[in-house]
Amino acid sequence: MPSPPAVPTRPGLSVRTLYRLHRLLEPNGAYRFVARVLERRAWLRRLFTRTEESVKRNVFGCRMCGQCALPVTGYACPMTCPKQLRNGPCGGVLPDGGCEVYPGERCVWLIAVERAEAGGHAGDLERLHRPIDQRQWGESSWINYWQGRDDGLWTEPGGRATPVDLGLPVLVTGKGDGER
Amino acid sequence: MVSGSGLAGALRAGRFVVTAELGPPRGADTDVIREKARALRGWVDAVNITDNQGGFVRLSSLAGSLVLLDEGMDPVMQLTARDRNRIALQSDLVSAAALGVRNVLLLSGDHPSYGDHPDAKPVFDLDSVQMVWTARNLRDRGQLLSGRSLDPPPELHIGAVENPFAPPAGFRARRLAKKVRAGAEYVQTQLVFDISAFTRWMAEVRELGLHERAHIIAGVGPIVSPRALEHMRTKVPGVWVPDTVATRLLRAGTEGFTEEALRLCAESIHRIRDIEGVSGIHLMAFGREHLIPEIVDRSGLDRPRFEVNACGSRERSADAG
Repeated sequence: MPSPPAVPTRPGLSVRTLYRLHRLLEPNGAYRFVARVLERRAWLRRLFTRTEESVKRNVFGCRMCGQCALPVTGYACPMTCPKQLRNGPCGGVLPDGGCEVYPGERCVWLIAVERAEAGGHAGDLERLHRPIDQRQWGESSWINYWQGRDDGLWTEPGGRATPVDLGLPVLVTGKGDGER
Repeated sequence: MVSGSGLAGALRAGRFVVTAELGPPRGADTDVIREKARALRGWVDAVNITDNQGGFVRLSSLAGSLVLLDEGMDPVMQLTARDRNRIALQSDLVSAAALGVRNVLLLSGDHPSYGDHPDAKPVFDLDSVQMVWTARNLRDRGQLLSGRSLDPPPELHIGAVENPFAPPAGFRARRLAKKVRAGAEYVQTQLVFDISAFTRWMAEVRELGLHERAHIIAGVGPIVSPRALEHMRTKVPGVWVPDTVATRLLRAGTEGFTEEALRLCAESIHRIRDIEGVSGIHLMAFGREHLIPEIVDRSGLDRPRFEVNACGSRERSADAG
C-alpha cells in the first residue's frame, strides 16, 4: 500500500499554470507511442514511474494511486485526504477550513473547490468519481492516461438532481475483465 | 422504487416524519437496545442504529437493526466506509435486505483517529457517493460492482447524510446533488443549531431541485449540560453551535439547562418545519433517548399513525413475535 500517509497538501504550482501544462500532456499519437515503448521495457517503465512519482510528490503530495483525479479537482489531490474521498469534502471539515484529522492543515477539498472555481472549472466539481482500482497503487498514471485507460474515472458534469446512470466502474487495466 | 418500509411509506405519503438515533451498547447484550427502543415506540417513524459511532466499538448496526425489527420498529441501518471495503459493504447491504432491514444510511464515517482504536487501518475503499451508487446498482440493476448479477436483488431505501454547516458553504448543496444523482432517496442532516444558515442551505437545495428528488430530514438534538455543550463545540467534528445558542443555554444555569435545551429543540423544530422542502426531523439525543418522546410532544409533531395506540402496537408486535 501507499508509502506516505495521506495528509492534505496544497499544490506547489498555480492552477492556471497546471491547466496550461495539462494541454501539453493531453494524449496524442506520440504519447501513446511513448507509453507503449515504456510498457515494453520493465526497467524503463520503472525509471519513468519513479520520475513521475518524484515530480508529483513534490508538487501535489502524490501518493501514486495510479488513477489521477487532478485534472478535475483544480489540481489538488483528493488522495491526500485522510479518508481519500474522491467526491468532495466530508462533513467533518472544521469551521476554519481545517481537516478534522490534521486540524493544522486546510481540507484538500476546500483547496480543490477554490482552485477549480478560480480556474474557471467549477463544473468539474459536479462530476461523479467512480471507485478506483486499488491494484493500481504504485503504477504510472501518466502511462494509464496516455493509453486512455482512465477515461471512465468520472462522469460528465451536470449539477441538476437527475439520477445519472453510472454504469459499472471502468477497469483501468485489462486484468480481471473476464469477471464480467 | 422498491421499498416496503414504514419510513419510506410515510415519506411517500408526504407525512412530516420523525426519526431518532439510537447508539448500540458496548457489550454483548441487546437489552439496552430493547429498552431504548420501547421508550421510542409509537413516537417516531424509524430509528437509526449508528455504526460504531465515532470509531468506538459497539454492537454492529446490523445486529441493532434486527433487534429493532424484533421490537416491531422500522430500523435505519447506518453503514460507514471507514470499516468495510466494497466486498463487505455489498455483503452487508444484501444481508440487511434479506433479513428485512430496508432503510440504509450510507456515510463515510469518522476517521479512526477519533475513536478507541486510533491504531486501526482506515479502510475508505469507497466514499459515501460511491457507496450510495453501489447500493442503487445492487437494487436497480441487480448487479455487483464486479458486474456479476445478484438474484434476487436487495430491496433498499437508500439514504445519505449532509452537513449544511461545514465549509465550503457554497458547495454543500452541490455536494448533496452528487449523492442524489448517485441514488440517495432521503437525506439526514447534521444537527441544526444555526437556523439561518440552514435556511440558506435549503434555498440552494431547492434551487438544484434536490428536495423533489430526495426527502430532506433535518437533524435536531438537545444539548443537555454545560459539559455536553463544551464537548459538542470542541470535540465533535462537523457540529456547529453558534455563540447565540451557547449563550442562551448557559444563561439558563446548570439547574435549568436541560429544560432550556428542550425548549430550544421544540422552537427549532417549529422553525425548521416552516422551511419549504423539509420532509422531517431526525432527533439525536446521544444516549438520552428517553428525552425524545418529550421533544416530539412539545414540538407538536405528528406521531406515526400506525402506532398512535401504544397498547395496540404492543399487541401487534406480540402477535408478530
